[in-house]
Formats: sequence, structure tokens, C-alpha cells
Amino acid sequence: MTSSTAKRQRQQAAGFTLLTVIAALTIFVIVAILAYILIRGVGAVSPGFLFTPPSNGMKAGGIWPAIVGTFYLTLGTALFAVPLGIGAAIYLAEYARESTLTRVIRIAITNLAGIPSVVYGLFGLGLFVLFLKFGTSILAGSMTLAIMTLPVIISTTEEALRSVPQSFRVVSVSLGGTRWQTVRKVVLPEALPGILTGVILGLERAAGETAPIMFTAAAFFLPRMPSSPLDPTMALPYHLFVISTQVPGMPVQIQFGTALVLLVFVVGMNLVATLIRSRARARRQW
Amino acid sequence: MVTLMDKIVIKDLYLQYSDQTESLRGINLTIPANQISVLFGPAGGGKSTLLRVLNRLNDLTDVRAQSGEVLFDGLNILEKSVDVINLRRKVGMVFATPVALPFSIRRNVLYGLELAGEHRPRVLSEALERSLTQAALWDEVKDRLDDPAVALSGGQQQRLCLARSLAQQPEVILLDEPTSGLDPISTSKVEASLQELKQEYTIVLVPHSVQQAARVADMAAFFLQGELVEFSPGKRLFTNPRDKRTQDYVEGRFG
Amino acid sequence: MDTTAPRPRKRLAIFRTADPVLTPLIKACGYSAILFVIMIFVFLWSEGFAALGEVSLKNLFSARWYPIEEYFGLLPLIGGSLLVTLGAALFAVPIGVLTAVYISEVAPRWMREVLKPVIEILGGLPSVVLGFLGILVLAPFLRKLLDLPTGLTALAGSILLGAISIPTIVSIAEDALDAVPRSYRDASLAIGATRWQTIWRVTLPAARSGVFTAIMLGIGRAIGETMTVMMVSGNAAVLPSGLRALFEPVRTMTATIAAEMGEVATGSVHYHVLFLIGIILFLISLVVNVSASLLIQRKQKRSERVLS
Repeated sequence: MTSSTAKRQRQQAAGFTLLTVIAALTIFVIVAILAYILIRGVGAVSPGFLFTPPSNGMKAGGIWPAIVGTFYLTLGTALFAVPLGIGAAIYLAEYARESTLTRVIRIAITNLAGIPSVVYGLFGLGLFVLFLKFGTSILAGSMTLAIMTLPVIISTTEEALRSVPQSFRVVSVSLGGTRWQTVRKVVLPEALPGILTGVILGLERAAGETAPIMFTAAAFFLPRMPSSPLDPTMALPYHLFVISTQVPGMPVQIQFGTALVLLVFVVGMNLVATLIRSRARARRQW
Repeated sequence: MVTLMDKIVIKDLYLQYSDQTESLRGINLTIPANQISVLFGPAGGGKSTLLRVLNRLNDLTDVRAQSGEVLFDGLNILEKSVDVINLRRKVGMVFATPVALPFSIRRNVLYGLELAGEHRPRVLSEALERSLTQAALWDEVKDRLDDPAVALSGGQQQRLCLARSLAQQPEVILLDEPTSGLDPISTSKVEASLQELKQEYTIVLVPHSVQQAARVADMAAFFLQGELVEFSPGKRLFTNPRDKRTQDYVEGRFG
Repeated sequence: MDTTAPRPRKRLAIFRTADPVLTPLIKACGYSAILFVIMIFVFLWSEGFAALGEVSLKNLFSARWYPIEEYFGLLPLIGGSLLVTLGAALFAVPIGVLTAVYISEVAPRWMREVLKPVIEILGGLPSVVLGFLGILVLAPFLRKLLDLPTGLTALAGSILLGAISIPTIVSIAEDALDAVPRSYRDASLAIGATRWQTIWRVTLPAARSGVFTAIMLGIGRAIGETMTVMMVSGNAAVLPSGLRALFEPVRTMTATIAAEMGEVATGSVHYHVLFLIGIILFLISLVVNVSASLLIQRKQKRSERVLS
């Protein structure tokens, strides 16, 4: 009896150790990836690298057009995806009653979330670039990325809206508030940190994507900055792809520098989102 | 003998929720103006449901079937064409658990007026002081009107909720067990202000105990399983009820 | 003071009429998700369906992908996707599920607070960055370790795809484990089971449909991943001949689209076939995600019944 208990205890100790090791390894690998890129890339990053365009067949110079391009694309994505995504979440959380229709909408949203990014690229090429004749442009790329980002924004926003106590809504309505007034004055302000977190996480994904912009927005190399939404643009992820596979004899340092800048962009957004979320949790009073 | 003006007349009201929880079965009731009418009885009897019919808050819930009429100053408020927003401004509601919105004390009290688009500073400051005074809260909060309302105690929050519904000068105030979570001192403060308020307003109250019903009722209605058993002046109902079931409940034999 | 009074009243007028305008607008936002799914399918279909008329089925189901000479055999690409995904699942599933178990059942609170955001960062890493590291670090390492002619193989793709799907598996599986009622665990512990036994005999079985959903969505994510596999798995369109092929270069469906779409003439046969591959990928993700969400919805209904 006691020996079997001892055996089970040993079994448990061994099991827990195994799990801890696996989890520690996972963390180690992630931290190692980040640290490796940081160490190898930090030497390349200088004002000259950040703020000048590539030169000498991209083997020298900087990445400024790609930084600006990624900024434009992310901004454009936000412009389309944020109002649409928040609107859809408000519909699901505040306006619609659960029905077959809302179930179909939810299935459509999960489905959008699962469509491979390269298929979004095909879709954007078919609809925005060719059918609507936007050409390879920031506009076409942003709209493609926006549709891809939509499910993240919708589901996190809906969750944030639903976490606002129902009693707030009842009180607002009982005082003569319309549904929209209630949403705008009570629910949205309370859900704002959660919504922001979701929006940033969605945009983070958009900023790092390559496949959807390959055929819709990205240019291999552009000597000048895009001057209108209908211009093609360089972008950090695509640029990294290009210089790590398409340019023979590329200096490794420039590759790591580009990867680092992209990483800072993306991980920075992630940290901001995490920060907003944890601060809002700490401040919450209900 | 004072002649009572009828404020709300309920005729043959039937109501059933789609999850079949609580329902009303053929309610006929006349609520007089400037009186405290008390709706009481065991849980699930339909008191809260009726209260929520009176300012159409049931619109937010899944109601399966509803028939009958509720005449508010002669106008049937169950009609689809009724301006629900306007109705809710005229019929204020205070809930069992005080819900302070995540705003300052000031904005909480003035929230109804804000919804109505009232921006004139003079009107707002007048409404603020008047309603907080009527709810017996003014002296306690007048120096910290811009503090968050959640910082108030439970009893203060409940009086804040009362002030909030008073701010837009409704005609009727509905109170659903407004003192259930309060200490005796806060409770008596609320009850005292109700006695003041009935000069100006029609009050419909679901009390949290038979004792409270007996203390405050001008008129009392006893509800049992969705039916109105008895409706008479409070003094008569609590001393000499007509119906055996009322008597049993009032005397504490069930409930 | 009187001069400021009319302005707010005007705003009020806007708000009153705002509701009838806003309500349809908000509804439209809600319906847009359905619209987009339909539009995506319609556009893939309109560009890809033609391929079925232009290329014989025999050609499509052959083992040779060589578009310049009009060989459009999809089998090597489908095989490549399956192989890389299978390889990814082989280690992403155990690591993902075990990490979820660790986070939900074993880890002390502070560890949980560290693990969850770190894994979230992995989920947010751009796939092109992982691909870049794959080329520079992982592939040379594998080449030396296994003495291969090239490190750019299905295995390299599998390892990185696994890393990409781990965060998906962890977060959904952890939700499922969290949703198992405390009382189940307490009952098991009360009759003398260790926590370890409780995890394997009670908690995991109780959460099995959620864990299964997690695995499915993780694998779905891996099949659809593009940049990483394109960069590290060698891009040889050869029909894989069993698990040995893990150590050889392969080419997936996604990588094929990404690599070739930029060079084809719009409206050509090759162009249509690439869209046809897009349709296949769309249908795979449709099946995976619809069945996953149906599973979740059914599960929710059951738990609602149990609770009420």
C-alpha cells in the first residue's frame, strides 16, 4: 500500500518534472530566437540604416522605404478593419439576439480566421488588383490585410464588450437611453482597453504578413517613396523575404538588421497590447 | 376622504417569458397617483415582471406572449407605436442591487438628462442638487461630486440610484426591492424620502419584506404565482385581509 | 451662456436620427463576415474553375508538376503539404498539449504569467522571420547533424511549422482544460488519486473535445502557412515517398502559389491552376474550421444543458 503510494508519488514527480522541462524549453527557444536576432542585428541598426533607401542592388544602404511602407500598410489596414471589426462586434454583442443568423456569422468569422494567408493574397489579387483595377497598390494590400485581420478584431472586441456588466446596460436603457447611446456612453468606454488590445494584436499580425501583400501591394525595390494609396510600396516582411532568398551575396548583417526592425515593430505592438490589458485589469472596479 | 387620481390602469395583463420562468396571469390593477403602491408576495409571483412592464424594460428580455392593456394617463403603453424612450423618462426605475455607472457621482445623477441632450449648466446644477437632496444624499456627497460613484457605500449608492431616476423629474418611480442590501439606517433614510417624494411622484414599490410593505404601503397588492390575489389600502390589507391566502402570507405561514 | 445653448440641441437632433442610420450600418458590419467568405470563394472560383476545363484530370492527378511544359500534376504539392504538416503535428501536438497541461494544471501562478505572454509572442512572430532563421540557422544545423546534401528539407519546414502551430494549440487546449469544473478534480483527488493521475484520467478526458479542436486548428494553421515553408523546405516538386522524404526537399501547395504567382501571365492556364490550388486550400480550411466551430458549439450546448 505505502510502496504503491510512494511509487505514484515518484511517478507524479517525474511527470511534473517532464512538463516543467518542456515548458522551460519552449520559453528558452522563444527567448533564444529573440535574443539571437537582437544580438546579430543590433550592430546593423544605425540612423543611416533606418533612414536611407537600399543601394547597390540592396547590398548596401538602409530600409527606410520598407519601414514607411509597412507603416502605411498597417495604417491602411486599421482604417478599414477597425471600424468594420468594431461594428461587427457591436452587432454581435449588443444588437443581435442569438439565432441561426448569428451562428452563421460566427462560423464565417472562424472561417475567415482559418483561411491561409496566401489565399487572401490570391483573393486580393483577383478582387482588388484586377477586378477593381486598383493595381498593385497600398490600397489593394491594405484592404486584403484588413479582411484577414477582421476576425481577430471582431472576436477580441466582442469579448471585451461582453465583459461589461449587463446591469450597466439595463440602467442606461431604463433611464431612457437608446441602444446606441448605451453602447456609446457606457459600454464602449468600459470595453475600450480590451478593444485596443484586440485591435493592436490584429494589426500586429497584419504588419508581419508577407503572403497577402506579395501580389497585391509589395514591390521588390522602389527608389522613391509611394506618393498615393494607388502606388505599390516596399514592406519590411517582404523585403526580408527578398533579401534572404532572392539576392545572392547579401550581407548577413543587413538581413539581421531588417529582421530586428521587423521584430521590434511586431513584438513592440504585442507588448503594448499586453500592457494595456494588464493595466486595465488592475484598474477594473466591478 | 381624498379622491384618488388613476395614474396607471392595468387591464387583463397576461405575460409569459420564453423560458417560462415567471408569468403574469390576468392582472387587473389601478395604481393611484401620489401614493405609494406596494406589490408584494413570495418570489416568482410576478411583482418584478409587472414592474418591468411599466417602463417596458421587458423589451430587453425574451417575452413569448403578452396581452392586455396598460394605460398610462389613459394611453396604452404596450402599443408598438409608443415612444418607449419618452415613457422611460417619465417612469424611473431603481433596482435591487444599486448599479453605479462607472462615472463620477455628478455624471451618474445627470446621466438621464445627458441622454436627453440637456446641456444647460443652470438646469443641470439645479437638477443635481434637487435630486440628491430628495434622495437624502446631498449633504454626504456635495463636496465630492466629481469622485467616482463606485467609491460610495452600498446605501449611498442606492440613494444615488434614486437620485438618478429623480433627476429627470419622472412622473412615476418604480422601486424593485431598493433596500434589500442595505443596513437599517440606510433603509429608514430611503423609506423616509419615499414619504416625501409621494407628494410629487407616483411610487410603485416591491418591498423586500412584509414588514416594509406594511410600513410604507398606501395601497398594497398581494401577488401569488402570477395572479393578483388582493389589492386594497395598506391599512386594511395588513390588518384585515379579505383573502385567506393573503392572511396566511402576511402572518408568515408561508413565503 | 445662452449662445452656447443651441449647439448642444443641434447635436441632440443628430443623435435622435442617428439610431435609424446606425442600426443598419452596424447590422451591415455584422453581416460583412459572411459576405467576405462568399466573395473569397466566388473570386477563387471565377479564376480557378477554368483550370478544370483547360487541364485534363489525368494531368492534374499526375505526379509531375512542371508548368512550363504544361505538366500540372498536383499530387507532389498535396503530398508535400501533407508531409510537412504531418511532421509538424508529430512534435507540435505533444509539446502543445503538454505545455497547455503544464500551464493549466501544474505551473505556479507566476510561471503562468510569464508563459502565456511569451507563447503569445511566438504566435505573433512573422513567419518570414522564422523562415529567415530557418535558412540561416536551422537548415545548416540539420545538414551537419544528419549529414544531408541540403538542410532545406521537409523536416526543416516541419520544425518551424510546428513552432508556428504550438501557440494555437496551447491557447485553445488551455481554455478547454480551464473549463473542466473544479469539482471533477476534487472528486478524483478525494478518492486518493495523485494530481498526475487526475490529469490523465479525469481532466484531459473531460476536456478531450476542446483539446481535439485545438489540435485540429493547430494543424489547420500549419497547412495554410506559406512563407516559412517556402523559404526552408527546398521547393522541389517531388512526390514524397513516405516518411523518409522528410529529409528531402519538398514543395507545398501554399509555397507553390507564393513562388509562382508573381511570374505567371494573368489568365494563363498556369494562373488558373494556381487559383485552383487556392480553392483546395480554401476548402481544407473551411472543413477544418467549420467542423471545429460546430464541435465547440455542440459542446457549449451540452454544457448549458448540464448546468441548467
